[in-house]
Amino acid sequence: MLEIMEGSHAVAEIVKRCRPQVIAAYPITPQTHIVEALAQMVADCELDADYITVESEFSALSACLGASAAGSRVYSATTSQGLALMFEVCFNVAGLRQPVVMTIANRSLGAPLSIWNDQQDSISLRDSGWLQLYAEDNQEAVDLHMIAYRVCEDHDVLLPAFVCFDGYVLTHTYEPVSIPTQEEVDAYLPAFNPYQRLDANNPLSFGMYATPDYYMEFRYEIDQAQHRAKEVFAKAGREFAEQFERDYSAPVEGYRLEDADTAILAMGSICGTVKDAIDEMRDAGKKVGLLKIRMFRPFPADEIADALKGVSTVAVLDRNISLGSGGAVGTEVKAALSGSGTAVYDYIVALGGRDIRKKDIAGIVDLAEEGRGDMFYGLRTEVL
Amino acid sequence: MRELRIHGRGGQGSVTAAELIACAAFEGGVFSQAFPAFGVERRGAPVQAFVRFSDRKIRLRSQIYDPDYIIVQDPTLIRDVDVFKGIKQGGIAIINTEKTASDFRVPEGVTVYTIDATTIALEELGVPITNTTLMGAFAAATGEIGLEPLKGALRNRFSGSMAEKNARAAERAYKQVGGAA
Repeated sequence: MLEIMEGSHAVAEIVKRCRPQVIAAYPITPQTHIVEALAQMVADCELDADYITVESEFSALSACLGASAAGSRVYSATTSQGLALMFEVCFNVAGLRQPVVMTIANRSLGAPLSIWNDQQDSISLRDSGWLQLYAEDNQEAVDLHMIAYRVCEDHDVLLPAFVCFDGYVLTHTYEPVSIPTQEEVDAYLPAFNPYQRLDANNPLSFGMYATPDYYMEFRYEIDQAQHRAKEVFAKAGREFAEQFERDYSAPVEGYRLEDADTAILAMGSICGTVKDAIDEMRDAGKKVGLLKIRMFRPFPADEIADALKGVSTVAVLDRNISLGSGGAVGTEVKAALSGSGTAVYDYIVALGGRDIRKKDIAGIVDLAEEGRGDMFYGLRTEVL
Repeated sequence: MRELRIHGRGGQGSVTAAELIACAAFEGGVFSQAFPAFGVERRGAPVQAFVRFSDRKIRLRSQIYDPDYIIVQDPTLIRDVDVFKGIKQGGIAIINTEKTASDFRVPEGVTVYTIDATTIALEELGVPITNTTLMGAFAAATGEIGLEPLKGALRNRFSGSMAEKNARAAERAYKQVGGAA
């Protein structure tokens, strides 16, 4: 049943129904409404979890790491500078193979200080070993949390995940969503069954040294688990679709791509605006489509190459910049399509909350078709 | 799709108004979307909030540049902000003011409803917070939301006598503008 509510509250409602046993978080805008709502649910005894208030994001994720190693399902949420402060712990959570699910309310990184939306924060943790899922709307944000727990806790994966949804643009937007009931969530998501855990009666050590004789093998194992996560995600997505009739099983998803000459590649809430822009361009006779990237880690290079067969020009919208190189998504899409003959152009757009409109999407398609790309789009002229 | 832009000052409840209008519209059977244009939040600074209404699922995420409707919570904003910017031909503006529509320089083809929401809010709520009163005026002027779904949204958000006071303020404005419309 559809209800209308704020994106942050929708995420808090589904997290509650996923029954985390330990929540540790530090409030930071635009993530605040999620963790405020969860703290209220715990205080009101609606959610039987330990809510650990901490003095920093570093401690928040450290508490989650310890609780997860002790065998609890855990949850956290953060954004921007908060995620930056978790940097070290993020690598440890993945390295210790703990299936932590954390919401990222995507926001730009300072300096200059900006509270507004782009995806620089989660993208900057792309090498950390966390799975990365990006939601187009609040329904997808809700649903991806359930799927994320299933995938992360699967013994073929045992890795943490970011469920990313755009700060303000989704977190603070009221729109209709369907929140699965507790019974429905319980039927989809069984209780956490840890592969191994800290146990006084059966002592194990977590976080040991790995000498040069062994370190590489640990990194190889994490990489292998990332690749296995793709198939586990597809299976969890198919089962989700059977139960809820919403299908997220594909790591990438085409929109009006079948006969397209030009494809836009994008990730997150911008995809909705792109779809409306594509409808208008199609009405004007332009053969344009969208390939939405739902899963950025593991990176679906083969699926992208497959989906873009027959497309002659690709315009990648990157809401991040690897300074001194290019957009993170564009760089990887170029690698995925190398040798295919497809022209790939990257556009750095909508950083730090800069609004992006349908006419901007049309303008980018024109630039790509003229062969002009690998550039920032929409800059103020005084810096040029 | 129809679009509403609300102009107010920080602390006047523009974001709350957008949310509750979206809730009332959804209860009335259409898809709706409400979101703020967050600036550097401080009391008194000009703020905007947005609502979209559609018979289909709303995908568009950009801000609203060519609104069908505007609500102006504070007439002093008109000095600083071009509140009518981009408003469509046939659009409707609701302005909280003691003045009449003819006192404003209004784009051609735009209908203006003026209402002294501050006085209504002071009488009904005891505070000059006009957002819920203007929601009643919006309902009557545009027909996008009904009075009963609006009262329902107010009762969901506020409790007890606060809900009833806000519902009364909205209803007074609804009747006043409904009489003029």
